[in-house]
Amino acid sequence: MSLKAGNQMPTSATTSGEIPAMWRFADAIAGASGASVPDARGHFGDYGGSFVSETLMTGLQELTEQYQRWRHDPGFMAEFARDLKHYVGRPSPIYAAERLTQHVGGARILLKREDLNHTGAHKINNTVGQALLARYAGKQRVIAETGAGQHGVATATVAARLGMQCVVYMGEVDIQRQSINVFRMRLLGAEVRSVSSGSKTLKDAMNEALRDWITNVDDTFYIIGTVAGPHPYPMLVRDFNSVVGREAREQMLADHGCLPDALVACVGGGSNAMGLFHAFVNDEEVAMYGVEAGGEGIATGQHAASLVGGRPGVLHGSKTYLLDNDDGQITETHSISAGLDYPGVGPEHAWLKDTGRANYVSVTDSETMAAFHKLTRLEGILPALESSHAVAYGMQLAASMRPDQTVLINLSGRGDKDVQTVAKLEGIKL
Amino acid sequence: MNRIDQVFGQARKQGHKLLIPFITAGDGGAAFTLQVMRALADEGADVIELGMPFSDPMADGPVVQKACERALAAGMNLRGVLELVRQFRSRNTHTPVVLMGYLNPVWRYGLQAFATDAAAAGVDALLIVDAPPEESADLHAVLQPLDLHQIMLAAPTSSDQRLQLISAAAGGFVYYVALKGVTGAASLDGQAMVEPLQRLRRCTKLPIAVGFGIKTAADAATVAEHADAVVIGSALVQVLAECQQQRSEPDRVIADFMAPLRAALDAPVLLTS
Repeated sequence: MSLKAGNQMPTSATTSGEIPAMWRFADAIAGASGASVPDARGHFGDYGGSFVSETLMTGLQELTEQYQRWRHDPGFMAEFARDLKHYVGRPSPIYAAERLTQHVGGARILLKREDLNHTGAHKINNTVGQALLARYAGKQRVIAETGAGQHGVATATVAARLGMQCVVYMGEVDIQRQSINVFRMRLLGAEVRSVSSGSKTLKDAMNEALRDWITNVDDTFYIIGTVAGPHPYPMLVRDFNSVVGREAREQMLADHGCLPDALVACVGGGSNAMGLFHAFVNDEEVAMYGVEAGGEGIATGQHAASLVGGRPGVLHGSKTYLLDNDDGQITETHSISAGLDYPGVGPEHAWLKDTGRANYVSVTDSETMAAFHKLTRLEGILPALESSHAVAYGMQLAASMRPDQTVLINLSGRGDKDVQTVAKLEGIKL
Repeated sequence: MNRIDQVFGQARKQGHKLLIPFITAGDGGAAFTLQVMRALADEGADVIELGMPFSDPMADGPVVQKACERALAAGMNLRGVLELVRQFRSRNTHTPVVLMGYLNPVWRYGLQAFATDAAAAGVDALLIVDAPPEESADLHAVLQPLDLHQIMLAAPTSSDQRLQLISAAAGGFVYYVALKGVTGAASLDGQAMVEPLQRLRRCTKLPIAVGFGIKTAADAATVAEHADAVVIGSALVQVLAECQQQRSEPDRVIADFMAPLRAALDAPVLLTS
């Protein structure tokens, strides 16, 4: 399996030399400790790494080499930037939620509108980037795992656009609660494979996608949807999503004349949070809050908050915080939102937690639902249930702050996909 | 001396090919597993590979995954696995036992504590699927002083450079994964493994066991032409699953399963075929 980019590379890619600064990756953004992360083997401090079977090591190393090559290639980056602008619809605006701010009565609440992206969430930033990598690497088949279905839709979308074969693994439980997204994927030409092992949710879909990749590593590119998994995925998914924070930072300075006092983003695997946080890691005056799914409450054990309620371990190829029992068996999680229903978290978040640079908190299902309705009624914006977690905590945080301060919430996705779930929860027949 | 080195040393002298059956500990309950281990040893298993069940066995196919689920539902954990080995050793002191599994349960138990307890129970080696050489330093440090081997995997995709890295980290034998896939997948292509096994031979002095995708006596015979040992896993786990369902006598089932494999490996025709 060698790099076959020579005959696959589109010639037009090299014609545009102009890459907006906000879309360029920082080569090595120094972390809070002054070290650049991850190191060459994908470690974020004690976390990350490549805890996978030997069967996958060569594929991962090739991917790392390809990525290191293309991330510095002006043609690749120009094509990525063009796709983000013309296909995804970037930049996404920062919207001042005046009525929500008034209602809360504290800091000014701003929303980074990732929900306005093509396909309705931040996930498309990453899939556009990884699909481009797949094409440059000469792979004709892409696979993905999905929880809420947003990453599956985003993958099926880019696969359709590039004419690639696409298989999406999705837990049986998630297929039921996200039927609209399943249909969207099928419309886009993807094959959705139901996963009925284990808890039948995101973690099991990821196991199944890894098994597929182990089997078809020669012709298949695995588009992982979050900043978890083995090296280089936590790094490359972060980098492809880091456009969110880079844009937000420039928009804040240009339109508001200051950086926000706090960033708030929901964390399942953690890709939208990492995408927002990354550009701000060195701005120590900017507080960062990752909001996990507290489910029925941390004390009940019915949650998916691996950073708040878990401990370090090894899952899906990296050392990170996770939820397991005393025998080291991964436990089943609970969240109202399929996209956060995952017992692990990206290793960079584990590192940001331990270094103290970011704070991790949780909100319950019922706090989330209240925030979902509040934002919908006050601003006419229907947020995804995942993003509603960030909104819920952002409101609490803003209430504790002064009116001259600002809280920037990453509105990572729109809630159209969740209307059936919400109706069901509230006993409404559609 | 580690039992694995003893049996491979003897086999090399006698031109004997080793048969290594794999079962999941606790699949069918602890008592069932113990009975199966003893039957395997009686029916010609040279080494027993005992799977430590894990909730998320990402390198395993559906057969082993279901066995893990049954074993966990039956209450198996690492303490239970070590207890099984202890009981097996009360009557058998010569058949090496390799524990195969994933890192998180071992990590939760504590690497040092687990290595100490495993050695005391009579375990000979650990094969941790998701601990490649790059991530094995901590494990290696606790296993080596106790003369526990770390069995490392080699894959068709592994470069010479990686094979050398694997060889340097490995003890006992190197486990070559015969196909690109999960355990129990697809079928075997004997010809495809010739070149990578030759490469692996050049990179290591350790004996080579081949596993993944070996289902029949004919497969075993093909593999034995190129390897020192044959691992048979999913096919046996499947037979044991049926044995549990049909409540048939495990000793009989094991004898019937092992006889053709043993015969295929012991047949002198191997050398000329």
